[in-house]
Amino acid sequence: MSTSYGAHADDHHGPEPGLLRWLFTTNHKDIGTLYLWFALIMFFVGGFLAMGIRAELFMPGLQVMDPHLFNQFTTMHALIMIFGAVMPAFVGFANWLVPMMVGAPDMALPRLNNWSFWILPFAFTLLIGTFFLPGGAPAAGWTIYPPLVLQGGANVAFMVFAIHMMGISSIMGAINIIVTILNMRAPEMTLLRMPLFVWTWLITAFLLIAAMPVLAGAVTMLLTDKFFGTSFFNAAGGGDPVMFQHVFWFFGHPEVYILILPAFGIVSQIIPTFARKPLFGYESMVYATASIAFISFIVWAHHMFTVGMPLSGELFFMYTTMLIAVPTGVKVFNWIATMWRGAMTFETPMLWAIAFVVLFTIGGFSGLMLAITPVDFQYHDTYFVVAHFHYVLVTGAIFAIIAGVYYWLPKWTGHMYNERLGKWHFWLSTVSVNVLFFPQHFLGLAGMPRRIPDYAVQFTDWNMVSSIGGFAFGLSQLLFVYILVQTIRGGERAADRVWEGAHGLEWTVASPPPYHTFEKPPRVTEAEAHG
Amino acid sequence: MAAANGGYYVPHGTKWPIMGSIGMFTLLGGFAMLLNGNSSANWIMVAGTVIIVVMIIGWFGTVIGESESGAYNAQVDISFRQGMLWFILSEVLFFAAFFGALFYARIYSVPWLAGEGAGGMMTGPLLWPGFEGTWPTNGPGDIGGTFGTIPAFGIPFINTVILISSGGTVTLAHWALKNNDRGKLCWWLFVTVALGLLFLALQAYEFAYAYGDLNLTLGSGVYGSTFFMLTGFHGLHVTIGVIMLLVMLIRSMRGHFTPQNHFAFEAAAWYWHFVDVVWIGLFIFVYWF
Ligand code: HEM
Ligand SMILES: [Cu+2]
Repeated sequence: MSTSYGAHADDHHGPEPGLLRWLFTTNHKDIGTLYLWFALIMFFVGGFLAMGIRAELFMPGLQVMDPHLFNQFTTMHALIMIFGAVMPAFVGFANWLVPMMVGAPDMALPRLNNWSFWILPFAFTLLIGTFFLPGGAPAAGWTIYPPLVLQGGANVAFMVFAIHMMGISSIMGAINIIVTILNMRAPEMTLLRMPLFVWTWLITAFLLIAAMPVLAGAVTMLLTDKFFGTSFFNAAGGGDPVMFQHVFWFFGHPEVYILILPAFGIVSQIIPTFARKPLFGYESMVYATASIAFISFIVWAHHMFTVGMPLSGELFFMYTTMLIAVPTGVKVFNWIATMWRGAMTFETPMLWAIAFVVLFTIGGFSGLMLAITPVDFQYHDTYFVVAHFHYVLVTGAIFAIIAGVYYWLPKWTGHMYNERLGKWHFWLSTVSVNVLFFPQHFLGLAGMPRRIPDYAVQFTDWNMVSSIGGFAFGLSQLLFVYILVQTIRGGERAADRVWEGAHGLEWTVASPPPYHTFEKPPRVTEAEAHG
Repeated sequence: MAAANGGYYVPHGTKWPIMGSIGMFTLLGGFAMLLNGNSSANWIMVAGTVIIVVMIIGWFGTVIGESESGAYNAQVDISFRQGMLWFILSEVLFFAAFFGALFYARIYSVPWLAGEGAGGMMTGPLLWPGFEGTWPTNGPGDIGGTFGTIPAFGIPFINTVILISSGGTVTLAHWALKNNDRGKLCWWLFVTVALGLLFLALQAYEFAYAYGDLNLTLGSGVYGSTFFMLTGFHGLHVTIGVIMLLVMLIRSMRGHFTPQNHFAFEAAAWYWHFVDVVWIGLFIFVYWF
C-alpha cells in the first residue's frame, strides 16, 4: 500500500454537466449508478422474455409462440439475466461500495472503469439485435452447445462477438476491483478488517479473470468451426462436441459462483446490522469463500454426467461437487449463528436477507441431489434443474441484490425508501417466487424436460400454478421500480449511519456521500470494522 | 482534464473509452456482417479499426503525457503494475482454453474415435472402422485431405532460439535503463524488436509453406485447427508485443523513462516474457511431441 496519499484539497471537481457526465465519467459512484440502471433495464428485458415463456407453458399445446421463438426466448432470457442483469448489478454494487468500504478516493483505474461499463450497452445491442435477423436470435440454450448452436444462421457471429465484448468488460472490471482492493485501502484497513462484501468481491474478481477468457476461447472455437473450417467440435475431423462442454463448463461452474459470491457478501453485511451482533465467524467466512472459489474449478463436469465420461470422471466430479457444499454450509451456519440471540429487527433489507438464507439453502439442497451422479441421470435436463438454479439465482442472487438495494439506497440517494411498500414488495415477491419455482421440482421429478414449449397433459396443473406465480412475481417487480423512483425523487432524509446497527466506513460519510468520498485516508477502528 | 491532488491522482472525464466502445462495436458488428455474406461490410470493419487505432493513440497519448508531467505517484504506479499482471493472467487463461482443446483431442477424443477407452467405446469403430487414431490426424473423415507437418527442429527451433534470445536482450535493455545508459537501452530494445520481427517473418514463411506445400491448413481436421489457432493467436500476441516494444523504443529515444520510473517499459517486457513462455509451450506440445 502506498505512502504518498495526500489530501484532495485544492479542487472540488464535480461532474460534467448534462448527458456528457454519464458518457465521460470516471467517478466510481456515477459508474456504479450506470451499472445499476443498466442491470435494472436488462432485468426487465429478461423478465419480459420470462413472461413469454411462462405464458406459453401455461397450457399444453402451442398458444403464444412457435417452438423456434420459444427456444430463442429461453436462450436469450438466460443470457440477458446472467450477463446483463446479475453480473452488472454486482459490479454496480462493487463500484459504489468497494472504494467507500476500503477508504479509497475512487477506483484504482478510473478510465478503464468507464470503459468496462460502456462496452456493455454496445455488446447487448449486438446480442439483442439478433432478434431482428433472419432466423432470429440464438436458440440453442444459453449453454450454446455445438453442433446445434452452429445451425443458428446469421446470429452466431453476432452472439460470439457480443460474448467477447461482455468478457472484455467483465475482465477489465474485475482487474479494476482487485487492484482497488489490493492497492487502494486506507492504511488502517488491513485485509482482515475488510467488510465481507469486499472479500467476496476480491475472490469473485479472481474468478472472473480466470473464467471469462476460457469462455472467450470456447466461443472463438465455435466461430472458427462455423466460418473458418476448423474441427474442434467435429468428430469427423478428430474433434468432439463434448469437448465444447468441457471448455464451456470450465468457465460455467466458476461463473455460477461469480453470480453468488457477491450475494454472500451483501447478505453478510446486512444480517449483522439487523441482528445487532458482529458477523459470526468472520475469518471462517473468508476461508469458506476462498475454498468455494478454489473447488469451483474442479467440479465442472457435474453438468455433464449424462454425456459420456469414464467412470472415474463421474466419481471424481460427484465427490468434488459434494465437497463444495461444505464451505457453503459453513456460510449458512454462520449467518444463522449471527442471528442467534441477536436483537433482531425486520426492516425490508433484513427480510430479503433472511429469505435469501432460507431459499438459497433450498437451492443448495437440490444442488446436492443433482450432484449424486446416478440420480442426476434421471434429473438432468428436466425441470428439476430449472428449479435448482432458479432457487440459487433468483431467490439467491437476485434476492441479495434487492436486499442490498434497500440496504444502501438511503446511503446512495440520501432518502429513506417507503418501508411499508418495501415490505409489500418483499411479501408479494417471496410468496409468488415460491409459487413460481417450487412446483418445478415436482414437474422435473415427474419427468418434464426443460427447454420444450409443449408438454404432456399430466404436467398441466403444476405448470399453471407455476405460470401464475411467474406473472405475480413479474408484476411485483413493477412495485420495486415505483419504490426506487419514489426514493430517488424524495422522501425522509437519511442519517449518515442509516441503520443504527451498521458498521463500516460507508456509514461514516454523509448520505448521499460527496462526489469524492475520502479526501484523505480515513481512520479505521476495530469497532468500526467488525462491530 | 486531470488533476493531481496532493499526491492522489484523479482523472476527470475522458472521451476515449466511449470511442473505444464505438470502435469495437463497429469492427465486430462489421465482421459479423462480413461473415454473414455482406461483402461490403469490410469497409465497416476498416472504419471500426480506424476508430480503435485513434482511440488507442489518444488514450495512451494522454496517459504518457500525464506520466511525463509527473502526475502519477507511487500508488498509481502500483495500480498499473498490478493491473498489467492480472491482465497477463487473463491472457494466459485464454491460451489455456486452446491448449485444453489440444490436450483433450490428443488424450481423449482421437483415441476414443479409434475405439480406445474404458470398456471400448463402440461409436467410433462402428462409424469409422479402420481409423487408427494416431497423432497428427485430421480425423476419421480425412477433413481437409492428406497433409504434412512442420518438423520441430527446423524453423520452429530457430524461432525458439530467437524468442528466448529476445527475452535476454529485453532484459539487457532493462539493465541499461536502470544504469541510465540510454545508448545501450535503445540498442538492446532495437535488437529485441528486430528479433521479434524476424520471428514473425519466419512464422509467416512457415504458414505460407504449410498452406502452399504441405496442404496443412486451418481446415486440416483437429490437428490443423489446434495448430493454427494456437500458433496464430500466439503470432498475434507477438505482433502486439512488438508494437509495444517499438513504442518503448521510440519513447526511449525521446528521452522518456528514468532509472526509477519506467512502468510502461516493464509492462512491455513482462508481456514479452509472457509470449515467450507461451511459445515454449507451443514448441513442446504443438511442434515437438
Ligand atoms: C451446494 C451447491 C451446489 C451444488 C452441489 C450444485 C450442483 C449442480 C448440479 C449437479 C447441476 C447440474 C444438473 C444437471 O444439469 O443435471 C447444477 C446445475 C446448475 N446450477 Fe448448481 N449447484 C450448487 C450451487 C449453485 C449455485 C450457487 C448456483 C448459482 C448461483 C448454481 C447454478 C446452477 C445453474 C445455472 C445450473 C444449470 C446450468 C444449465 O444446465 O443451464 N448452482 N448444479
Ligand atoms: Cu455447476
